[in-house]
Amino acid sequence: MATLLEARGVTKKFGGLTALNNVDFELEEGRIASIIGPNGAGKTTFFNVFTGLYVPEEGVVRFRGSTLTGLRPDQITALGVCRTFQNIRLFKNMTAVENVLVGMHARVGSSLWGALSRNQHWTREEAALWARAAELLDIVGLRGRANELARNLPYGDQRRLEIGRALASKPALLLLDEPTAGMTQGEARSLMALLRRLVGDLGLTILLIEHNMRVVMEVSDHVTVLDYGEKIAEGRATEVQKDPRVIEAYLGRRKWTPRAEAGDA
Amino acid sequence: MIALIKTLLDKPLPATIVVVALLGVTAWGVAHFPRSIVVFMLFQASIFLLYFARMPRWLKMSLTLGTLGVLMPVLGTINAYYMEIAIQVGIFVALALGLNIVVGLAGLLDLGYVAFFAVGAYSWAIFGSPQANLIFGGDFFPLSPWWFFVFLFVGVGVTAGAGILLGLPVLRLHGDYLALVTLGFGEVIRVLANNLDKPINFTNGPKGITPIGRPPIFFAPALRAVGIEPDPNVIYPLYLYALVLLIVGATVLVNRRLEDSHIGRAWEAIREDQTAAEAMGVPLVRMKLLAFACGASFAGAVGVLFSAKQIFINPESFTFMESIGVLAMIILGGMGSIPGAILGATVVTVLNLQVLKGLSLWFNELRNAGIEIFGYNLANLPTQLEPAKYERMVFGLIIVLMMIFRPQGILPARRRTRELTEPTDP
Repeated sequence: MATLLEARGVTKKFGGLTALNNVDFELEEGRIASIIGPNGAGKTTFFNVFTGLYVPEEGVVRFRGSTLTGLRPDQITALGVCRTFQNIRLFKNMTAVENVLVGMHARVGSSLWGALSRNQHWTREEAALWARAAELLDIVGLRGRANELARNLPYGDQRRLEIGRALASKPALLLLDEPTAGMTQGEARSLMALLRRLVGDLGLTILLIEHNMRVVMEVSDHVTVLDYGEKIAEGRATEVQKDPRVIEAYLGRRKWTPRAEAGDA
Repeated sequence: MIALIKTLLDKPLPATIVVVALLGVTAWGVAHFPRSIVVFMLFQASIFLLYFARMPRWLKMSLTLGTLGVLMPVLGTINAYYMEIAIQVGIFVALALGLNIVVGLAGLLDLGYVAFFAVGAYSWAIFGSPQANLIFGGDFFPLSPWWFFVFLFVGVGVTAGAGILLGLPVLRLHGDYLALVTLGFGEVIRVLANNLDKPINFTNGPKGITPIGRPPIFFAPALRAVGIEPDPNVIYPLYLYALVLLIVGATVLVNRRLEDSHIGRAWEAIREDQTAAEAMGVPLVRMKLLAFACGASFAGAVGVLFSAKQIFINPESFTFMESIGVLAMIILGGMGSIPGAILGATVVTVLNLQVLKGLSLWFNELRNAGIEIFGYNLANLPTQLEPAKYERMVFGLIIVLMMIFRPQGILPARRRTRELTEPTDP
């Protein structure tokens, strides 16, 4: 399978803190992959580098062979990478369907003149946008709440609406930042089913940041572990789980040993 | 009482009867008591009742058009001052609607909005008066009155350009910082207008520009044909009122169409969460510049009209207080709400021009009458107590009270709800 997303030697610093240190990363098309790691490991920073919110000091990110580093977030979205946020960032005072419609902005062909004159092209496109928004709300199971304000939706629905909004830009790669945070086990399970469906039906590739280990193990083909801005392990979920460096990063060390030795053990 | 009115307005037939009756009675009242401010305000209130009444769209549109297009000018010929008020209300409605795009929709706090009004006004003032001869030499100016119509569009273009010029350097700022820079921009334009009389006299400084050309009465032959000799003193207020009505109609239309399109949604998304909007594919720079340009262009069009109406303009008309006044209108009416902006502009303008002035008049009459109450002669009341002198204080008080009791404004923006069509089966 072809490599969809590729990061080479990405380094991102905030003052004296190195949030990402020379990280390499590859993601193959049609997969669900996860990035895990303790709090402050640099996972969200990595996402922000992918989506153009941060520009890395060093290194490069490529998507389908074209360089993303240096592009604006909206340009990256237009290329087919879209994301959700760890702390839900919906447009709170807009309705659910309007949130999804905003997500389509990159795919709207009408101009200012189209909106002002309401010509045939605009009318047709607007109708198509609304029809697709209805479809997307159907996919994430929010059809019945289309006209509710985003801020009035229950927490789990807000998470799913964010996914719907991200899907609206017709991405090839969907980045989800802790999509099951705060969900019950049942809600998380149905979300995972949804993600599998998206990969199967829409041919998406999905990259997750996730803390819920059960979710990670169940759904992802490939897991990358970050700790203190460095990649400490990657591979199949079951393999990574046994890696002593990963256990150490999550649970702490049994006794003091130099890092290199711990890695070799 | 309010509940009764609500139930009455909720059904089409009683609503139509009630509104038409109220309009008729109050209009009759205005015609018979042309000097009563209260009656005129009741008339205005019944126009707004029309907005709330539930009735078929065509009926509502034609009633609105009939009231504003026929009834109002007729009343205006009875009391010319009402025409003046209607024109000013129209000008401020257009300004409020323009600012509503920038502040209400896109969430970019602009405290120097009146600068665009000034740019529009000066663009016609300079070329529609002999002033331009001082710049270019010769004896070519003022341009013929027909150019006024061209300048309506020139004003739109020039101010849209000014909006982009202001937008470019401040795009990285938001919130308080943006507000401060726009405030500065407003002052810069005013100071420029004040000082650009040397070395080349562009604006004639604080002395202002006069006489500014008025639009041509191109329909004069038609009036003569039906046997009316056009008297400029009667025709111009009506004519300017018609132009204002057209501009307001256009701004409402543009506002509504932009609001309910991908552009308006992108603006609102920027207002709600700029970072998320950008991550969802909204190009921040382009959409913000578009908001500045659109908002500014409305001010440009009414600016041109304003200078033609006043015949004389100077920098005094474009002070910081004017910017705040327009902002107060949309805060009062409800941010991001078109009917709110219209209501806010009307209330604030009428409050300024009629209520406070009327109270002052009454106060002075009281003084002049010199009645004695509890051994105190009212003639001794100090002139400082005149209500018109407290215009800004009353304003401030209203806004403070609004922020406490109804922060969303009188007519807050209502979310459109729409039935979604069934997704078609693949």
